Amino acid sequence: MAKMKKIVVIGGTSGIAHACMRIWNQNAVEITLVVRDKDKGQLIADDLRVRNPNSIIDILETNFLDAKRVLSTVQTVESAGAPDIVLIAHGSLPDQQKCEENLDEAQAALVINGVSPVLFAEAFAKGMLKRDYGQLAVIGSVAGDRGRKSNYVYGSAKGLVARYVQGMQHRLAATNVKIVLIKPGPTLSPMTHHLASQGAKGLASPEEVADVIVNGMEKGKTVIYAPKKWKLIMLIIMHIPDFIFKKINI
Amino acid sequence: MVKVSSWGRLSAYQHDVHYLSTSQNLGRTSGLGIAYGMGRSYGDECLNPNGKLWNTTLLDNFISFDQATGVLRCQAGVQLLTINQLTIPRGWMLAVTPGTQFVTVGGAVANDVHGKNHHMYGSFGHHVLELTLQRTSGEIIICSQRSNKEWFEATVAGFGMTGVILEVALQLKNVDGPWLDTETIPFSNLTEFYQLSDASEKEWEYTVSWIDCTSKTGAKGLLMRGNNAKGIVKPQPKSKKLNVPFALPFSLVNQLSLKPFNTLYYHLNCLKQRKQVAHYESFFYPLDNIRNWNLIYGKKGFFQYQAAIPHHDRFDAVDAMLKQIAKVNMGSFLAVLKTFGNVKPAGLMSFPIHGATLALDFSNGDERTLKLFSSLDAIVREAKGRIYLAKDACMPKELFEEGYPRLQEFLAYRDAGISSALSRRLIGS
Ligand SMILES: Cc1cc2nc3c(=O)[nH]c(=O)nc-3n(C[C@H](O)[C@H](O)[C@H](O)COP(=O)(O)OP(=O)(O)OC[C@H]3O[C@@H](n4cnc5c(N)ncnc54)[C@H](O)[C@@H]3O)c2cc1C
Ligand SMILES: NC(=O)c1ccc[n+]([C@@H]2O[C@H](COP(=O)([O-])OP(=O)(O)OC[C@H]3O[C@@H](n4cnc5c(N)ncnc54)[C@H](OP(=O)(O)O)[C@@H]3O)[C@@H](O)[C@H]2O)c1
Repeated sequence: MAKMKKIVVIGGTSGIAHACMRIWNQNAVEITLVVRDKDKGQLIADDLRVRNPNSIIDILETNFLDAKRVLSTVQTVESAGAPDIVLIAHGSLPDQQKCEENLDEAQAALVINGVSPVLFAEAFAKGMLKRDYGQLAVIGSVAGDRGRKSNYVYGSAKGLVARYVQGMQHRLAATNVKIVLIKPGPTLSPMTHHLASQGAKGLASPEEVADVIVNGMEKGKTVIYAPKKWKLIMLIIMHIPDFIFKKINI
Repeated sequence: MVKVSSWGRLSAYQHDVHYLSTSQNLGRTSGLGIAYGMGRSYGDECLNPNGKLWNTTLLDNFISFDQATGVLRCQAGVQLLTINQLTIPRGWMLAVTPGTQFVTVGGAVANDVHGKNHHMYGSFGHHVLELTLQRTSGEIIICSQRSNKEWFEATVAGFGMTGVILEVALQLKNVDGPWLDTETIPFSNLTEFYQLSDASEKEWEYTVSWIDCTSKTGAKGLLMRGNNAKGIVKPQPKSKKLNVPFALPFSLVNQLSLKPFNTLYYHLNCLKQRKQVAHYESFFYPLDNIRNWNLIYGKKGFFQYQAAIPHHDRFDAVDAMLKQIAKVNMGSFLAVLKTFGNVKPAGLMSFPIHGATLALDFSNGDERTLKLFSSLDAIVREAKGRIYLAKDACMPKELFEEGYPRLQEFLAYRDAGISSALSRRLIGS
């Protein structure tokens, strides 16, 4: 029997990541969920186990904000077997206004959305480079493409992730290790429930987004917009001249 | 605030929608609310205009499945579609399923839905082993036929009034694959229908009939019956998905289209092979292939009128209802008539009664439609029948109270933090 694919998901309770895992899990796979809350992870693990009893699902609880814990977590994961895919999915949508009023809020948002994913990616890249094999996927956001007043703290952390992945792609160019930046548009998940309640229209379903992500990763894309239409939308937004952009209320 | 409708699309009021997630505490949000699954109920039981809706569709995790015993445990927002896809290839099927698989398990429990096999398997609630219910006070109640039985019987068919169902354990039924042996048999009047239906019930698990409600010469129609097939190996049929893209300003279902459609449907099916091996999706869920078929009724939406009639009156009352409908020249493409078996109800407010049930769709023609319903209500009342809450948008309070004699008992279990448009209309709060 061929060896099962091993997938590691950082932020294993993320709605978008869960939808991706349900797709991968259609074939028997080995999945390690790295989470901050084991009980929440258990729920996802059970769901995946029922959907495919042949898959092997593990949960690892850790602190996402501490560099030493990030490193030891990655070492624990790797010692149990080298991953084929690592999906770094965690993140948290802050209240922009609170970030403006309170530096602690701003710091927390910058760390969980920007610094933490980069540390995880950096730590996994080391092992992958040693083996000259593996695919790293990091979830950024369309919000990282252009800063805007209603969301720039989150956006700048996502921009950090984008620049990091770009640099890594340069570094990894001559190797067999691949890194991809995923940029979801607004998607219905625990992160955006409250927006849906406020009447936000056009939130994509996590299933639709996951479909695009998993397909794009299989094709070895370097940047994935999900749903795909966001590629065009962001292209336009990035090209709106400043003097006009500043007049738009977004 | 977001505009929300039910399947009948009779209204689209603003709602304060909260998506429930696992760690939710209902008590924390203020104001009265009601659970909302897939909104496949037709009337106003899942609506709460200008108030709170608890959307359950993100509570969609499986919890456990025992392949040996067929016991499935899942969160209440899991759709029946997802269960079918998971368990049928493993040899287990929902023991009872309604005519669409786009409903949540929580919704199926809350209406104690019935399928085509009521005479053998009862209703959905008969196969629920355990429920986890959250009250708006935050209290969690775990109930079953054995423990906290009174809560179980109030929550099954409790149309969301007793709390929000978070988890459900179901006993599935052992099957040998996705196929059914089916037969289609024409009948030309009600007497023939009942003879055929009664005779079929002994050997056929599933029975259902389509009737031509435009016929003035008696209820002609087609009885379909089926059993889960054994030992059939066939490739999965290709799914043909159609979509109705938007609602027209008027209904496509009118006097001009009804008669020819019904006549054609009848004759085409009479020509069709009587015996067929059918896939479960085409047999159980014939309309699911047309996404948003409810849009054909146009911008004003539509009603479904579904009544249950006790056994002793099943001929006269159904006959009178059909005559009434034919007389005013209104009616539906799909009028469904079936029998309910003599089964002890699973919930205090369960719809099925031993006898027959007739269901018909009507375009919303305002006064005309409501006038017809009044005359149908009178027949139902006379026969001591009842109207199905899952379909209802306008029954009079008195008919509700007479039709559901255990209402007072049920109300003792109501959660004071819950209210729907239907509960305000029929219970007064
Ligand atoms: C094409 C079609 C065919 C149908 N065929 C049948 C049939 O053959 N037999 C039959 O019995 N019905 C049938 N129905 C009706 C349908 O099965 C029921 O209305 C079902 O309850 C809808 O489930 P839902 O998830 O959409 O719930 P909703 O319509 O969203 O809600 C229905 C009720 O359930 C309550 N509810 C939902 N989730 C919860 C929860 N988690 N906890 C507590 N309360 C909850 C709501 O408050 C509401 O009162 C059919 C409907 C359609 C559209
Ligand atoms: N949803 C969208 O509209 C959208 C749009 C663009 C980009 N994204 C990005 O997509 C990714 C996945 O988001 P999602 O939509 O799936 O949201 P989600 O379901 O809320 O998932 C967020 C994940 O991050 C974890 N997390 C949050 N704060 C954490 C912390 N301080 N420490 C450790 N873990 C923490 C959460 O853990 P808990 O479950 O324990 O809270 C959860 O696993 C995120 O990077 C997000 O920024 C989302």
